Amino acid sequence: MDQTQLDPGFWPFVIFTVIKMLAIFTLYMVGVAYTTLAERKISGWIQDRHGPNRVGPWGLFQVLADGVKNIMKEESMPGGVNKPLFILAPAIAFVPALIAWAVIPFAAPLPTAWGRVDMVVADLPIGFLYTIGIASLGVYGIVLAGWSSNNKYALLGGLRASAQMVSYEITMGMALLCVLLVSGNVSLTDIVAQQQGSTWNAIILSIAGFLFLVSAFAETNRVPFDMPEAESELIAGYHSEYSAMKFSMFPISEYANMVTTSAMFVTLFLGGWDIPFTDWDSTGPYTVGKAIATFGMFAAKTIFFVFFYIWVRWTLPRFRYDQLMSLGWKVMLPIALIYLVIISAAIVALDMAGLGRGPVFGYAMGGLNLVCLVVLVLVLDRGRLVSPASGRLAPDEVERLRRRAPMRATLAPEEIR
Amino acid sequence: MNNEFFPLFFSFHFYLFAVIALVSAILFVTRKSPVAAALWLVNVMFCLAALYVMLDAQFIGAIQILVYAGAIMVVFLFVVMLLNLGKPEDVSDIRGNLPRVTAGFVGAALLAEVMVLARAKWSAQLTLPVASGDAVRSEPGGIIAPIAEVLLRDQLLAFELASILLLVAIVGAVTIGRKRS
Repeated sequence: MDQTQLDPGFWPFVIFTVIKMLAIFTLYMVGVAYTTLAERKISGWIQDRHGPNRVGPWGLFQVLADGVKNIMKEESMPGGVNKPLFILAPAIAFVPALIAWAVIPFAAPLPTAWGRVDMVVADLPIGFLYTIGIASLGVYGIVLAGWSSNNKYALLGGLRASAQMVSYEITMGMALLCVLLVSGNVSLTDIVAQQQGSTWNAIILSIAGFLFLVSAFAETNRVPFDMPEAESELIAGYHSEYSAMKFSMFPISEYANMVTTSAMFVTLFLGGWDIPFTDWDSTGPYTVGKAIATFGMFAAKTIFFVFFYIWVRWTLPRFRYDQLMSLGWKVMLPIALIYLVIISAAIVALDMAGLGRGPVFGYAMGGLNLVCLVVLVLVLDRGRLVSPASGRLAPDEVERLRRRAPMRATLAPEEIR
Repeated sequence: MNNEFFPLFFSFHFYLFAVIALVSAILFVTRKSPVAAALWLVNVMFCLAALYVMLDAQFIGAIQILVYAGAIMVVFLFVVMLLNLGKPEDVSDIRGNLPRVTAGFVGAALLAEVMVLARAKWSAQLTLPVASGDAVRSEPGGIIAPIAEVLLRDQLLAFELASILLLVAIVGAVTIGRKRS
């Protein structure tokens, strides 16, 4: 990090902060709106149909049409609801996703006539503690929506949400502790700098990254963890009683959460705004070109993970509620705890060997990560892919099974049991 | 925002959050509905977190939000909604006038203690040298390293005892929660 350039004075600081807030808010809201369109377009692509294509070129103005429709629609106020909380809940659901963006660094610092401007709205020293603190508040909107609706299905959705989000937060915290052990700091700016100096955390902490990603799916209530709104069991779950724009706030907050957790994953595990395979972006004097290029890189990584969310949604079926709870408490939390112990032991051992945080440290952690990954895959696989049951049959037995069931479009009558 | 730049701005917001915290706390103890009371308590937690951050204790502020508002109060709300408690008279531990008066005296005593402590001179052994937030921040490890050093090195025994206490509490909760066959 180049500390020689002066920080801007007070008034430039205020003005730049306001500009950054407005820019982030605008970009983020437009991004969230177009994420809803992306979801419909990508689902259409995955299911081999067109998706929305009537409003504007390639359906690009569909977002505007949806917004106008939702605002113009009649809002109903169901009887027996707790009015203040019923109105407040959609707003509470939306705010945490929005304010978590304040600490995420999104580009290399920008040189201006008044000094260096960091491309982060508020570079808080508590870093990701702030983010997980804010993320843990997202549950209030859902729980209060469920409770204030005076509807048992909505209440069940809200209760599921609170149990699920509290459970997966623990795994998420454990995954973040691994990042803290490697980086030695919670400040997101310092975590990005550390990843630029050595290697991305995804390469040396793949399992922590994977656990974080799965927990993020559960935190945002996305498929396969969308139990709070499981329509086959709970009508529409916590937002059954909502209509028009108040209803619309819940999907918007879900997409906003998706974008925020994607950006968090990118910052913590994929080097933030770091451009891979080059030191051009993180060394030497900062330029406007570097700021733009790094912002493009950050946006590209974030958009990929938003796409990943959508891809998973249209690929995997939903869990059953007890499966979701056992996955969280009996599989992911033990893996996270064991992994935390392994990582801290490795770091202590490497420190005692006097290797510091140089390239050897990176290679050692990378090798350890590879071993852990192989062990984890073998344990979770339980002999299905790596050594499938067919591999343990005698060769003539396999041949006999092949002859009995040739490739046909339909089964023969005697094969149907 | 550093308070040396804008003392008035700083003081105004400090007292603003203090007043919101007090009003929320009064509403918390006077509401009849358990859910409304719990939400006012969440508001108190937020204001306390804001006060901690203004006193340059950002870590305490973040943990206040994360642990109290994000985890404990969510579980409180969960239980309150699950049981759907209606009448406070049926569920309150405090019945009759004698416990109420006693609780009032205990509260007043605690308040008096806090006010005395706020004006007392501390002996030098009990306090750590004060470092400004910016100075601490530029050190490796950031603002959490000083807390970790005290917690995990100087006061390790107390820390471990506290963790054992929590473990015992968890085991106890599981034992009580198990169905007896």
